Amino acid sequence: MKIAIASGKGGTGKTTLATNLAAYLSDKRDIILADLDVEEPNSGLFIRAGKIFEEIKYKMIPGWVEEDCTFCGICQNVCNFNAILNLGNQILVYPELCHSCYACSELCPKGALPMKHQRMGVLSHYRNGNINFVESHLDIGQEQSVPLIEQTLKYIDSICRKDSIVILDSPPGTSCPVIEATKDADMVILVTEPTPFGLHDLKLAVETMMTIGKDFVVVVNRYGTGNADVEEYCRGNNIRIIASIPDSRQVAELYSRGELAYDKIDDFRRSLDRIKEAIPGN
Amino acid sequence: MKIAFTATGPKWSSRIDPRFGRTEYLLIYDTDSEELVVHDNRDIENEAHGAGPKTAKLIYDTGAEVIITGNGPGENAALALEKAGVRIYTGADRMKVKEALEAFNNKQLKEFKK
Amino acid sequence: MKEIVVISGKGGTGKTSLAASLAFLSGDEAIIADCDVDAADMHLLLSPDFAHKEDFFSGQQAIIDKQVCTLCGLCMEKCRFNAIETKGSEYFVKPIDCEGCGYCARICPVEAISMTDQCAGEFYISKTRINNTLVHARLAPGAENSGKLVAKVKKEARNLAEEENKKYVIADGSPGIGCPVISSLSGADFVLMVTEPSLSGLHDLKRVYQLVRKFDINASCIINKYDINPEITGRIMDFIQSESIVHLCNIPYSKVFTEAITAGLTVLENGHTEIEELIRDAWEKIKKNVNDKNK
Repeated sequence: MKIAIASGKGGTGKTTLATNLAAYLSDKRDIILADLDVEEPNSGLFIRAGKIFEEIKYKMIPGWVEEDCTFCGICQNVCNFNAILNLGNQILVYPELCHSCYACSELCPKGALPMKHQRMGVLSHYRNGNINFVESHLDIGQEQSVPLIEQTLKYIDSICRKDSIVILDSPPGTSCPVIEATKDADMVILVTEPTPFGLHDLKLAVETMMTIGKDFVVVVNRYGTGNADVEEYCRGNNIRIIASIPDSRQVAELYSRGELAYDKIDDFRRSLDRIKEAIPGN
Repeated sequence: MKIAFTATGPKWSSRIDPRFGRTEYLLIYDTDSEELVVHDNRDIENEAHGAGPKTAKLIYDTGAEVIITGNGPGENAALALEKAGVRIYTGADRMKVKEALEAFNNKQLKEFKK
Repeated sequence: MKEIVVISGKGGTGKTSLAASLAFLSGDEAIIADCDVDAADMHLLLSPDFAHKEDFFSGQQAIIDKQVCTLCGLCMEKCRFNAIETKGSEYFVKPIDCEGCGYCARICPVEAISMTDQCAGEFYISKTRINNTLVHARLAPGAENSGKLVAKVKKEARNLAEEENKKYVIADGSPGIGCPVISSLSGADFVLMVTEPSLSGLHDLKRVYQLVRKFDINASCIINKYDINPEITGRIMDFIQSESIVHLCNIPYSKVFTEAITAGLTVLENGHTEIEELIRDAWEKIKKNVNDKNK
């Protein structure tokens, strides 16, 4: 069972929900919680656990072999991403701009650009009781998060048991990283808040899910503030709201210290009860 | 010697473009022939990523030894300029191209080091 | 003309609410640019009229001409992104997976593949309800924000400011620390960093400040919801001091932000005097700093 937790914009409570839900469900089930926001992973602040595995992750980029190069410039011309410069007496490769399409390498008439491994980040796996926590950190300066998300998901598949529940804390936004994180999930939960900002960004996230043909449900966070427009929008579009988490300053305070809320706030726990009921097979 | 400027327009009276990679024009002044050559760089708008290296390459192709600009290039472009042996001077972003040249001649601009 | 950019690193800190407040205070002295294209929410507070609208193109996508294709399969074999599929006796490109690298188009032996510019969203220039000009954009679903789109929004804003002789451009910057935020900072005169006292807020503030420092731009900071966690607020204050960042104010945790957003107003129009004064005072300090430091 793979559950992706996503939202159109940052700061709606995605990480709060993912970490609390993981801890809450872990009393009965084997949980894998993964932070796929590889640019700024911070779920780890909430899950205190021991590291059991670490691995450097690589992507493929061209490596210049000076002796074989004739400076014909084909590599620069075929690169659509400005990742290669031909300076006449040397070839510069910009690893962070490279999309690993292999065009330069395979079209070089002299074979002077063989592909090589380039470090892009680190994957770590922690364990605490029934919770496995997996996160990847993109190295500073790297621009493409999708390949690292892809490799992180592959790792999760390799450790996933039949009865595990996988909770994916997705990156914010509506572009490729979110699509990568949600496209193979069995259940997508969009987290929003009942304000015009929340509604606007929820609509964008909904459009993205429709574009990739993915079903989803909604959790309304900070319920009780704002207005009823999010609920009306969901009702009007047959979108199921599986839970509403009441607004609470105490949750914000706990979050700021990196602490879980479900074991301290009853309302919060009751919301998780309802989310659990909505998970198929529970 | 050829001196390049990032500029918002094609003339001596145009302002220096503070941006490096996405500069709209590159003006190349040849101190020997006293000629000013204009490169329209506005196509750079079409590059989603990697505008800096692309503009750096253009400067290299013009044979300029010095580039005068505003904020200074990003890391990628700075690397290309360094490899190409082009010296970078920054802090001309409030000036017109003409004034920037004077400031450069009077050694009032800061040399950019990575 | 001076360009002031508001950034935050982390989402949910109140960046857009504060940027909209500065827009309100600057009145017709400023052109407003919404560079937070991923979650472009500024228009919800400023009610723009979307008067000028155009499609925005970014990146490319491959298209296979079925009339010309000989079904040799080379494109599918070479594509590293598994973006080419066959169904029956047809090859086609999956738009979501295509990276736009153009490799397939280059190697197709019968030139059946062409690259087309991809519509990534819409771009607008509007008059707002408070009668200033807002330059903004909206991404198509699945489209990626880029330095290119941010550069376009900023360029239009800057041109308008020059033409109309405005004193300021106020930009709501992009989130994160990638290409879009670099593009947001490029050419700016002054940066306002909005943060909150949480472990992730402090962490992201430090990351985003590394970028600001590279650009050599004068920076200032507002700590929103400062009373949520006095201990981390203290650590942020220490950091600000040690880096000589201009500290503008600390704003208490308040429902006024949500209430104002719900009413479609800036926090200044909601009759909450304490917060209103803090922000007005911050704006005065910003103006002083921006205009003093004529380098």
